Amino acid sequence: MPNGAPHSVAETIAVSKRFGASQALREVSIAIPAGDSRALVGRNGAGKSTLVGVLTGLTAPDSGLVRLAGEDAPNLAERRRWRERVACVYQKSTVISTLTVAENLFLNAHPTIGGRWINWSALHRRAKRVLEEWGLEIDVTLDAARLSVEQRHIVEIARALLQGTRFIILDEPTAELEAREVARLFERIRHLQKGGVTFLYISHHLEEIYEVCRSVTVLRDGAVVANAPLDAMPKQRVVAAMVGEAEGAGARGRRGALPGRAAGAGGPDATPALEVRGLRLADAVENVSFAIAPGECVGLAGLVGSGKEKVADMLVGLLRPDGGEIAAAGAVLRPGRVRDAQRKGIGYVPRDRHARGIVPHLSVAENLTMTIPERLGPAGVVWPAEQARQAGRIVASLQIVAASTEQPIGELSGGNQQKAVVGRALASAPKVLVLVYPTQGVDIASKAALFGIVANARAGGTAVLIVSDDLDELTVCDRVLVIFKGRLVGGFGAEWEDRELVAAIEGIGAQ
Amino acid sequence: MTGTVGTRAVLPFGTGLRRRAASLRLRELTLLPAIGLAMLAGALVSDAFLTADNLLNILQQSSELSVVVIAESLILIAGKFDLSLESVVGLSPMLGAWLIVKDTEVGGSGLGLNGFAAILIVLASGAAIGVVNGFLVVRMRLNAFIVTLAMLILLRGITLGLTNGKTLFGLPPEFLYLGTAKWAGVPVSIWIAALLYLLFGLFLRYHRTGRAIYAIGGNAEAARAAGIQVERVTWGVFVVGGLLSALAGLMLTGRIASVVTTQGQNMIFYVFAAAVIGGISLNGGRGRLLGALTGVLLLGILQNVLTLAQIAAFWIDAAYGAIILVALILARVTGGTAQDV
Repeated sequence: MPNGAPHSVAETIAVSKRFGASQALREVSIAIPAGDSRALVGRNGAGKSTLVGVLTGLTAPDSGLVRLAGEDAPNLAERRRWRERVACVYQKSTVISTLTVAENLFLNAHPTIGGRWINWSALHRRAKRVLEEWGLEIDVTLDAARLSVEQRHIVEIARALLQGTRFIILDEPTAELEAREVARLFERIRHLQKGGVTFLYISHHLEEIYEVCRSVTVLRDGAVVANAPLDAMPKQRVVAAMVGEAEGAGARGRRGALPGRAAGAGGPDATPALEVRGLRLADAVENVSFAIAPGECVGLAGLVGSGKEKVADMLVGLLRPDGGEIAAAGAVLRPGRVRDAQRKGIGYVPRDRHARGIVPHLSVAENLTMTIPERLGPAGVVWPAEQARQAGRIVASLQIVAASTEQPIGELSGGNQQKAVVGRALASAPKVLVLVYPTQGVDIASKAALFGIVANARAGGTAVLIVSDDLDELTVCDRVLVIFKGRLVGGFGAEWEDRELVAAIEGIGAQ
Repeated sequence: MTGTVGTRAVLPFGTGLRRRAASLRLRELTLLPAIGLAMLAGALVSDAFLTADNLLNILQQSSELSVVVIAESLILIAGKFDLSLESVVGLSPMLGAWLIVKDTEVGGSGLGLNGFAAILIVLASGAAIGVVNGFLVVRMRLNAFIVTLAMLILLRGITLGLTNGKTLFGLPPEFLYLGTAKWAGVPVSIWIAALLYLLFGLFLRYHRTGRAIYAIGGNAEAARAAGIQVERVTWGVFVVGGLLSALAGLMLTGRIASVVTTQGQNMIFYVFAAAVIGGISLNGGRGRLLGALTGVLLLGILQNVLTLAQIAAFWIDAAYGAIILVALILARVTGGTAQDV
């Protein structure tokens, strides 16, 4: 290096970034020396994605400096120069599945004859050579659609290497992989490390980083809270850093957001509002059993891909389990039937309201009454007046802000849309309410309002299952079940510590 | 219902409702000025235009198209597609007529089926084709465009093959009734079309399943999560589409008192044009039958005016196509809000 300093492939110096009201990054300074493999960990919302955006030139920092390969980072518009210095492999594949492996490797940079005509034999030859050089065994003539998830990641890595990049960011590459595939991917990564490639590795599975990384950076609330070799950071210290000592030290539990659970709860021999026995789904969920009493609120926590959302889908009938039984207030549900689950008392608030919650250009009234068509008139008739009356009742009781019940629901704010989705689930007076990340993407005021709505439902005897790994959402629960790789691995009572719960979610096991 | 809303957070409902209703009505009436303009042009071009006979003639000639437009609108609102409807218009009546005609020399089956039984078979065959389309599109998840394109060709081919390309005449009066009879001086086909618009309009607006069709076209995943049986409803829409198209074919056969192998051919273009000009979104979930009806009427009047204006026969299609384009552009411009035409 010209200045004689140790060579860093990537470096941020006091980088800050603010999105609206939230400070995503606060004076983040990290330096990744060549040949290192660095783990980047932190809870959801700690600023990992923003930092990756800054390091890959997709996000401009408000202040601070980014240096790549010992030089100041190029202008954001110079995508090609960024790509030569850093590449990111995202969880979602950017491989074009209809093209062959070789074409994906040389996308828009095919070897040509006379500058115009594609030289197919050279394309295949060079693609094969590149993969062999790095010890990656994939048939280059294969359609990318036929690759496994792990092989797609490898193709993306190879494409980056081909462009001359020697610094690669892996963003949760193992979230969708099976154990065997993870092992294979790690083997490749270690091989590439020996060849001098530097990695920044983002993962929620803490045990993984010990397999492939040498050092770790922990982010919390947008700031770097730890930066050390992994030898010096046992798992419990990493978790403590992620959660924060101050917060982690104090017990946490229901923080007054809810009345005591006595409300509506039956005696010990009362029929549970929800009972799940031996629920099974191939490659996703293994023998999950639990029960929820009327008026009780239970959290189901787990990582992305842990199977928690699959469990929710099976409960509400969107997914047909391969085995096991679900009963609502003693009535066994017909597997995979949404309507049957609804009739027997399961209400559902999906995670992504845009994908599964609302029909945006239909009216608020229409969206609110979608689960209760039989109440709107005889013989399938929908009386608009009755629909407006029923919807008006929900709008008023949940304080949904809308110009009228005839306004298209897509025009409402995110918080009000979410209230409407919750209101719709409650419209049929369910015995069990299944909420998946119920406050994701809503503002603080709406969040509080939503928890209030849930508390009211509980007071009325509705059992609540909150599927999430957001600690704030889990705070309102009487107890929290933890699912890891498809199995229930632990349970926490009303009083749990952030650190213990996070450790269990990350698969480290409660201590 | 304003009384039930007492929170400060909510704006007074009455005004919002009225505004909303007004804007809805406006959107459905976008085409009225264009229709008025076309009628004015007709009156200027020919004295014969504004006569009761001619106007009834326009309505009768539009009646078959309008029934197929209902069928296509249902399918489009559910977020799907059916190109094969025009071939149902040809095949189903041909099948019925073929079963009726005794003389194998002129292309009949020799079976001599009763006219009423034949009508049932016409309708049943239309529904059955809908079942097949629904199976391929909903159950096998094949692309609706290519499936129904293949069906369009296949069904037309069967229509030709059935009679070796011959036109079938000499059909019993009950088989031709829908295209020939008049009630209160107005052709039955007009009554039927009007009745169907009323029925399906009310169904789409006021029936649970009708609203489910909009929800499915708007966001099928959300509809499923809300407990709507997406597959069943979508499949049903294909079946009803086939049934309505067979009925339209029967009306057309009655009007011309025979079945030609080209019956209904190219109709699908006008079906789509009428539906889309009338505000039915090709992306699903939007549009109303009232709008589609104004689309049909505009096309019907235009065709009549072009004929009366004695445009050279070979140029009529070109003029028609150009006018449809202009109508689409106008519908887009005057539609105000982003209407995905």
